[in-house]
Amino acid sequence: MYRILKAEELAANIYLMDVEAPRVAHSCQPGQFVIVRMDEAGERIPLTICDYDREKGTITIVFQVVGAATEMMRHLKTGDSFHDFVGPLGCPSEFVHEEEASLKNKRILFVAGGLGTAPVYPQVKWLHERGIDADVIVGAKTKDLLIMEEEMKAVAGNLYVTTDDGSYGRSGMVTKVIEDLIESEGKSYDVCVAIGPMIMMKFVCLTTKKYELPTIVSVNPIMVDGTGMCGACRLTVDGEVKFACVDGPEFDGHKVDFDQAMKRQQMYKTKEGRDYLKAKEGDTHHGGCGNC
Amino acid sequence: MQTDVLKKVPVREQDAKVRATNFEEVCLGYDKEEAMCEATRCINCKNAQCIKGCPVAINIPGFIEKVKEGDIAAAYQIISEASALPAVCGRVCPQESQCEGKCIRGIKGEPVSIGKLERFVADWARENGVKPEGAVEKKNKKVAVIGSGPAGLTCAGDLAKMGYEVTIFEALHEPGGVLVYGIPEFRLPKQDVVAKEIENVKSLGVKIETNVVVGKSVTIDELMEEEGFDAVFIGSGAGLPKFMGIPGEQALGVFSANEYLTRSNLMKSFDENANTPIMRGKKVAVVGGGNVAMDAARTALRLGAEVHIVYRRSEEELPARVEEVHHAKEEGIIFNLLTNPTEILADENGWVSGIKCVRMELGEPDASGRRRPVVIEGSEFLMEVDTVIMSLGTSPNPLISSTTKGLEVNKYKCIVAEEDFGATTKKGVYAGGDAVTGAATVILAMGAGKAAARGIDEYLRNS
Repeated sequence: MYRILKAEELAANIYLMDVEAPRVAHSCQPGQFVIVRMDEAGERIPLTICDYDREKGTITIVFQVVGAATEMMRHLKTGDSFHDFVGPLGCPSEFVHEEEASLKNKRILFVAGGLGTAPVYPQVKWLHERGIDADVIVGAKTKDLLIMEEEMKAVAGNLYVTTDDGSYGRSGMVTKVIEDLIESEGKSYDVCVAIGPMIMMKFVCLTTKKYELPTIVSVNPIMVDGTGMCGACRLTVDGEVKFACVDGPEFDGHKVDFDQAMKRQQMYKTKEGRDYLKAKEGDTHHGGCGNC
Repeated sequence: MQTDVLKKVPVREQDAKVRATNFEEVCLGYDKEEAMCEATRCINCKNAQCIKGCPVAINIPGFIEKVKEGDIAAAYQIISEASALPAVCGRVCPQESQCEGKCIRGIKGEPVSIGKLERFVADWARENGVKPEGAVEKKNKKVAVIGSGPAGLTCAGDLAKMGYEVTIFEALHEPGGVLVYGIPEFRLPKQDVVAKEIENVKSLGVKIETNVVVGKSVTIDELMEEEGFDAVFIGSGAGLPKFMGIPGEQALGVFSANEYLTRSNLMKSFDENANTPIMRGKKVAVVGGGNVAMDAARTALRLGAEVHIVYRRSEEELPARVEEVHHAKEEGIIFNLLTNPTEILADENGWVSGIKCVRMELGEPDASGRRRPVVIEGSEFLMEVDTVIMSLGTSPNPLISSTTKGLEVNKYKCIVAEEDFGATTKKGVYAGGDAVTGAATVILAMGAGKAAARGIDEYLRNS
């Protein structure tokens, strides 16, 4: 059993938990993920690693309520346990293997959308700890859905917050901020890392393509075992079939077939599930978020 | 009980029409009377060929002799000396090409039903609380076993019996490997059979740690250098499912057999109360002709579909066991042989709507010795289906080989291990099962686990 040491609601429907998982905390790196199961009958749910504490042996996870399983999960409290907690899965971010000297000369732009802020955080933090300051764009639908602003501010070089409805920070989509930074604010970058809903990553890639800015994305497809066995998480990258769990989850965003990947995410979505989301999110929900 | 000495005592099975709608076990096995009667057919050959046909060399005439006498507990201990998983092997071993294939009785008439006798003995032992005998004295050495499938369980069980301290690391949340995620309930009951056999291995002192992905959670080097393991056995299994590489394979409703079976078997999605979903298609095509294809097809059938096996060669070349093909046919699986898919079609929402196929004929033998299937020109046709399950085998998983220094792989990316005792190119590290051979059978993996246990014992005695 994997004990929950802290559980809190970060924003509406977005929850953070610190979980005791010494083996995972010992070996995880930015870019990797975990799979959890609540109980004997539970689904295997892939989740983002948002932070880790090697000494305490804990992993911080952040999740959004998007269906039956996460709806149940949000009721877990401090002192409760996960039945299973396995990881780290997937490959670490590429920069983890890069020479620090060459990394220091790189201008890196992170683009985080919604819940994507959580997996971006450990990457920016890792770089910050090595004296590398990266620029970070964080986008949220509205002010109330913005998460981890303070934490991100502490580790980012420059932090640019934007909301779709203009209720906080800049106004508009993250793609607009990318354009503004590059075209009117004199910024230039060597690499972009974008993590968020599929639809956001798709449009970030279309934007960065214009500037020939290499872009890495982190995908979160349907998964069962997470170790390469089932092939449910396959996607097409540069015309080749790749498994997100062993080849990814990070890929060259300019080569990912996003339209196919978004379709494949709908495989087990039911009408009930979509109605649930519509009821929760109302008119602001237009589909394509990767959760519907 | 009267019997024709040339024929096996028939085994009771669930009626085909009934079982096609449930996940209960197909074969009901012998009772004691039937088993004792079948045992009398064994002529107790001096130079028993059946033992040579068994990858773990069970003393077959020895245990059958005890069944004949009605001393089932003694029969169980004889089997346990060689096999950690008799209730599993009695159910899923291809006996027709192993022990029973060599049985002298088989020359004129049917061989002794060794598999069904083994199953009876193991089931009887379980029902009567008889456990395998453990180690007499402990040795002060630790062995890590990676993977709790047939290879790992066998290796761990044998090492524990020799007195070693053994820990199995399992990546999934439940131990058993392919016995749990791959082979369906109706062929191998999970709670009554697999879980109990694993309990038996644990009762020998073996520890099992689930949710550890070796290569990710911890590396082999860390296990040996930081956690004090003196030797390691890798039995991590086959790996990544293969796809055909034809257009449309990413359409919604195309699954690997691994995914389909894992959902149904490990995640229990055949049960309405389980949380993990599975697609219940109306008309399903399973591409491939191996045992896994039969398992996937018979699972889909039980979930309510009309099921077609699509296989590019003819019936004779089907790699699946004859018994599995026979059962599949009885249950109503339709075989579209000498047929090969060329494209998967999808509707406007991306869901599978059909597969384009061509008809094949058999030409000259290929490298595998089987006649090569050749496309018949102009034979293209459309098959309307809503689900496609690809059962084309697997390719090795790089998780361990890519994270272990000094562990060599061959050109197929399988771990290189010496045949007799499973030694790899890394000192103190042994390997066996599908991770070494590519996808094969439960019993071959067990044979390799057994050989490696001997290799590890030898290594630890000399180090």
